[in-house]
Amino acid sequence: MSNTAITAITMPKWGLSMVEGKVIEWLVEENTTIAVGDEIMDIETEKIANTFEALDSGVLKRKVAEPDQSLPIGALLGVLAESNISDEDIDTFIEDFQANYSPPEILEGEESETSYEWVEIDDYRIRYLRMGEGRRNIILIHGFGGDLDRWLFTQGPLSANASVYSLDLPGHGQSTKAIRDGSIAAMANIVTKFIDHIGVDHAHLVGHSLGGAIALQTTISDPDKVDALSLIATAGIGVEINGSYISGFVQAESRREIKPLLQQLVGDPSLINRNLIDDILKYKRLDGVTEALETIATKFMDRDQQTIDLRNHLASLSIPVHVIWGSADQIIPASHAKNLPGNVNVDVLEGFGHLVQVEAAGEVNKLLQS
Amino acid sequence: MARKILYQDAINEALDQEMARDDSVIVMGEDVVGGTGAGGEMDAWGGVLGVTKGLYGKYGDRIMDSPISESALVGAAVGAAATGMRPVCELMFIDFMGVCFDQIYNQAAKFRYMFGGKATTPVVIRTMYGAGFRAAAQHSQCLYNIFTHVPGLKVVMPSSPYDAKGLLIQAIRDDDPVIFCEHKALYATEGDVPEESYAIPFGEANIVREGDDVTIVALGRMVRFATKAAEALAADGINCEIVDPRTSSPFDEDTVLESVETTGRLVVVDESNPRCSMATDISSLVSQKGFGFLQAPIEMVTAPHTPVPFSGALEDLYIPSPDKIEAAVRKTVAYGN
Repeated sequence: MSNTAITAITMPKWGLSMVEGKVIEWLVEENTTIAVGDEIMDIETEKIANTFEALDSGVLKRKVAEPDQSLPIGALLGVLAESNISDEDIDTFIEDFQANYSPPEILEGEESETSYEWVEIDDYRIRYLRMGEGRRNIILIHGFGGDLDRWLFTQGPLSANASVYSLDLPGHGQSTKAIRDGSIAAMANIVTKFIDHIGVDHAHLVGHSLGGAIALQTTISDPDKVDALSLIATAGIGVEINGSYISGFVQAESRREIKPLLQQLVGDPSLINRNLIDDILKYKRLDGVTEALETIATKFMDRDQQTIDLRNHLASLSIPVHVIWGSADQIIPASHAKNLPGNVNVDVLEGFGHLVQVEAAGEVNKLLQS
Repeated sequence: MARKILYQDAINEALDQEMARDDSVIVMGEDVVGGTGAGGEMDAWGGVLGVTKGLYGKYGDRIMDSPISESALVGAAVGAAATGMRPVCELMFIDFMGVCFDQIYNQAAKFRYMFGGKATTPVVIRTMYGAGFRAAAQHSQCLYNIFTHVPGLKVVMPSSPYDAKGLLIQAIRDDDPVIFCEHKALYATEGDVPEESYAIPFGEANIVREGDDVTIVALGRMVRFATKAAEALAADGINCEIVDPRTSSPFDEDTVLESVETTGRLVVVDESNPRCSMATDISSLVSQKGFGFLQAPIEMVTAPHTPVPFSGALEDLYIPSPDKIEAAVRKTVAYGN
């Protein structure tokens, strides 16, 4: 029995490895009317906590999931319906849903990394992830100390109508750690070769932080390869940078040292949970990572100042350029989004920090798709 | 991140990667090659449980079988370390350390101190511990606390494959003698382990699970039991935080104290006999430095003060179990109510 007047709210799948999520709290009451994009629930996954935004509209007729409950992806969290639907119909809907629902099977030996791909560029072994299929090609470039997981909430939604790639830069994630040339120009050259590798003429580059500077440099060096540019909390278009964050991140060895640093990345520090901290410590413990990060950092900054300024190139770009920032960014100030040339679209999202594409995923995704 | 491999394969991989990286790393022990001199060395046994299997074929004479004399074996390793090698020696069962203890606590542990820092002893002694294998009183003990008592030794007890690899690499790179305690019952457990080399710093506890009602500090195999208990308790709304110190020396006091500051309740789980143990040590730490945080008496879940029984029924009762941990947690939660 299907009833289009009633819609299930189900546990989302954020990223490849997510199998279940834990309900932190409901952010709406029963019998309130919900629009697409409204924040309805805080959910914690093994990677990060985040706010779940409504994918459908309707009246929240029933909360099924309770705080602290861990549920597999696709499990029923609540029920949306038109206001005239009776409680009995809702009960029947829930009964039917639960009777037909089975959690996704996790097959023995089926590991998330089987969907990662690898390519050799300039003697670096580069890991990347491809999602979706579409006429447009989008490449997501993470920032300093990050990896392709920083696009956990970005890549899936964008891949609905595009081929979307995320990669681990050299020295990061699971790509080769030993860096020969850590300059932004060298990284941009790798992005150019990556565009060739995926066999397209040009792509829309989305870069976060240091990845933004790399995306911009790629566009300057190889303008024909880039058809649109989205720069999120980007480096390379202003002087100030939080040098103590960068040096602290490079040197930190323990959870106690790194947690307060990571909390500077977001407007809401509670997003930085144990699993995210663990993942970053696991990355930082790998042989060669500290040296790689030091090599890269010295190429684009010195204490509290960036040493690469690409701002003057923006005005001459003939492709769409979009700059997105969180107003509460503690790493690179949102003031760098001011006074940009007229060909640059600018959106500053109120109250969010440096990891704005994670913290305000819904809004940033909408901006990236616009 | 990585593939899933067994605890024992994580140890093998750590040895392999460090031997490849650094020529001064050598491996020695009883049967670590297995069948030296016989045909088919490539398929040699590789230690009593096969942990060092395959290394002889790759590294030849850098992995050597020793006579069945623990004092000779450990003495040779300590001496080699003092002259600049990085030996990893395998003392098959921790129970056998009695016959070579002088080499460990009077020699290896003292060199750096007695020579005014001019000598280092970068030796690792890998050894199996723990009950549950029907191996009786002389092959089942949990003796890491005895080494923890001795200044100059570092003592490690990994509870997962990820920790086993990263802590063993750290142990090999460390310039002090390290006693590396592997629980027999963990060898066949599986977990995510990166292929790349990595070192986990000593003295950095792992928060295995977050919770705000009760802190459980558990070591080695007991981390898994505590996790089982915590899952059962979570169903009743009791949220346990599990702290795995990973190393008993150095010991991460701050993480334990911070956790108890949040929860106000402490259960320590230690497979050792209860007297002068990690359980008493951690209890003493929290009662001295965290007394004001406590809302209930500290609970200890340990083996009883007896040898490990040979009778299967009694051995099962001897080992701290998830049920006993669960009961201890419920007791601290019920205190005062």
